Amino acid sequence: MTARALLSEDMLFGRLVIGIGRSPKAVIAAIVCIVLLFAAIVGPYITPQDPYDLAVLDILDAKLPPGSESMDGLVYWLGTDGQGRDMFSAMVYGLRTSLGVGVFSGLVALVVGTVLGLIAAYFGGRIDALIMRVVDLMLGFPTILVALMLLALLGQGLWKVIFALILVQWATFARAVRSAALVEKNKDYVEAAQTLGISTPRILIGHLLPNCLPPLIVIGMLQVANAISAEATLSFLGIGLPITEPSLGLLIANGYQLLMSGEYWISVYPGVLLLLLVFSINIVGDRLREVLNPRLGER
Amino acid sequence: MTVFVIRRFLQSLAVLAVTAVIVFIGIYAIGDPAEMLIAPDASPAERAQVVASLGLDKPLWEQFFTFAWNALHGDLGRSFVFNRPSISLIFERLPATLELTLVGLVFALVIGIPLGLLSGLKPNSATDEVIMTGSIFGFSLPSFWQGMMLIMIFSVWLGWLPSTGRGEVGEFLGIRSSLFTLDGLTHLILPAINLSLFKVSLVIRLTRTGVRETMPLDFVKFARAKGLSEKRIVFVHVFKNILIPLITVIGLELGSMLAFAVVTETIFAWPGIGKLLIDSIMRLDRPVVVAYLLVIVSLFIFINFVVDVLYSLVDPRVRLGDAQ
Repeated sequence: MTARALLSEDMLFGRLVIGIGRSPKAVIAAIVCIVLLFAAIVGPYITPQDPYDLAVLDILDAKLPPGSESMDGLVYWLGTDGQGRDMFSAMVYGLRTSLGVGVFSGLVALVVGTVLGLIAAYFGGRIDALIMRVVDLMLGFPTILVALMLLALLGQGLWKVIFALILVQWATFARAVRSAALVEKNKDYVEAAQTLGISTPRILIGHLLPNCLPPLIVIGMLQVANAISAEATLSFLGIGLPITEPSLGLLIANGYQLLMSGEYWISVYPGVLLLLLVFSINIVGDRLREVLNPRLGER
Repeated sequence: MTVFVIRRFLQSLAVLAVTAVIVFIGIYAIGDPAEMLIAPDASPAERAQVVASLGLDKPLWEQFFTFAWNALHGDLGRSFVFNRPSISLIFERLPATLELTLVGLVFALVIGIPLGLLSGLKPNSATDEVIMTGSIFGFSLPSFWQGMMLIMIFSVWLGWLPSTGRGEVGEFLGIRSSLFTLDGLTHLILPAINLSLFKVSLVIRLTRTGVRETMPLDFVKFARAKGLSEKRIVFVHVFKNILIPLITVIGLELGSMLAFAVVTETIFAWPGIGKLLIDSIMRLDRPVVVAYLLVIVSLFIFINFVVDVLYSLVDPRVRLGDAQ
């Protein structure tokens, strides 16, 4: 990467941090995001129990209310679920899965969308028309409908969910990158690079891409929030992740039946965590949009 | 105009054809169609008969035309569970879903437009800040969890509203709907709120943007200079200008609400097509799943088509742009 691109990225990073710093709401949301991300990464080290190690589970501990103590002195601050799992541990593991699926599918969609968007903008003509037709087609259908269609036909599974989430997200990135790149393409530095004989892939990645970053960052944040929410919804409906990889959505679904009989904590706490996660990401994303481009389009 | 409508119609048909191909590939190419379309408990004789009648022993392209031909005649297979044509199951339950979706849409507009106006007329005030943060909260709240909380608060704790089912269905002018009985109405409130909350956020944001863009325009200044009351300016003149983008987006969102009804119907046990879809997936009743997908996509493409045509009537630039 050239010095110029690095410098502009530095400036961008600075602008983002300062922008968030000016809004107390966004600062709190950013802190929540960082804490949750950290908790997800170090998950196994901060949980008192491995919720999926059947050997440590005791069915006698099932459905204990928050604050109860187990036989061997472990305190269940958030209660236990129907299988006697510590809710706190189960939620941290669920957070790992939810964040993992959301961030991974968001990143792959970002890469796919960016590559196709750049190609469409740079080459124009038939290639552009073809790519944008597909993008329009994808964006014409609601996310949840496409995901439902796919999973109804393919069946449930971790990689199928990730595939479905990538498929419904890439078009948004492609459209944003294309419109940003179309503006950049006609600027002098691109022409200068072409005159210098720099190869097309290098112009695209080294010169055009860094200047298309701002909208990508904003859309990336909002898409990750969307993906987490969509995955939770699909898992709740029973067509998302399998029971062996419980995400927050699945935890909520498991507690749903018990909600009516008063064991509220089994689905309310994972729900609050999911809401906190998605809400914080959206608040930060919304703030970044204001900072980077006030006219990027309202949702 | 006619040219635009025809072009747009052909485009819709093309999208429908692409979707049919995708669904076809989903059933026939990825999985084993015999496995998918024949009930697991069928005898070998029944199996052979279905294989022959579906033409599964023929080449793939011929199978596709059989599939498309049958679909065009409304034959999308028989449900394993109900042993009835799957398409009639869908149409039987469609009214319940449409009713829920339309009431949800009305809720979204009735709640969203006033809040959006309030927010847009006083940008960057405390009210605006609260409403905007609230709208982010609104679309962050996963719809299924929000529905569960509604049930917990209004049905379990307060006991005000029923949590499941459609209630008594009344008949008025030949239309059967829960809207016509008190029992039906009480059953409708929670699901409709659940379905609308996501869209409320969208309506708030659209209205706010519209107000903020329209207020500085010349005709507003002119109306003020003419001495019109602020009320009349906002509710008559500004409002008309906000309505155009709002109607377009709402039209498109109607389709997304139809899809999201799957979630609402599952939580509230609402007997519509969304619940039918999830039940059918769980019971491996694949002909119903296929029928649902084709019907909902057709419906969706139809809505998009109508919205585009309506919009081109309002704003001629759309059809001119498309013709180039």
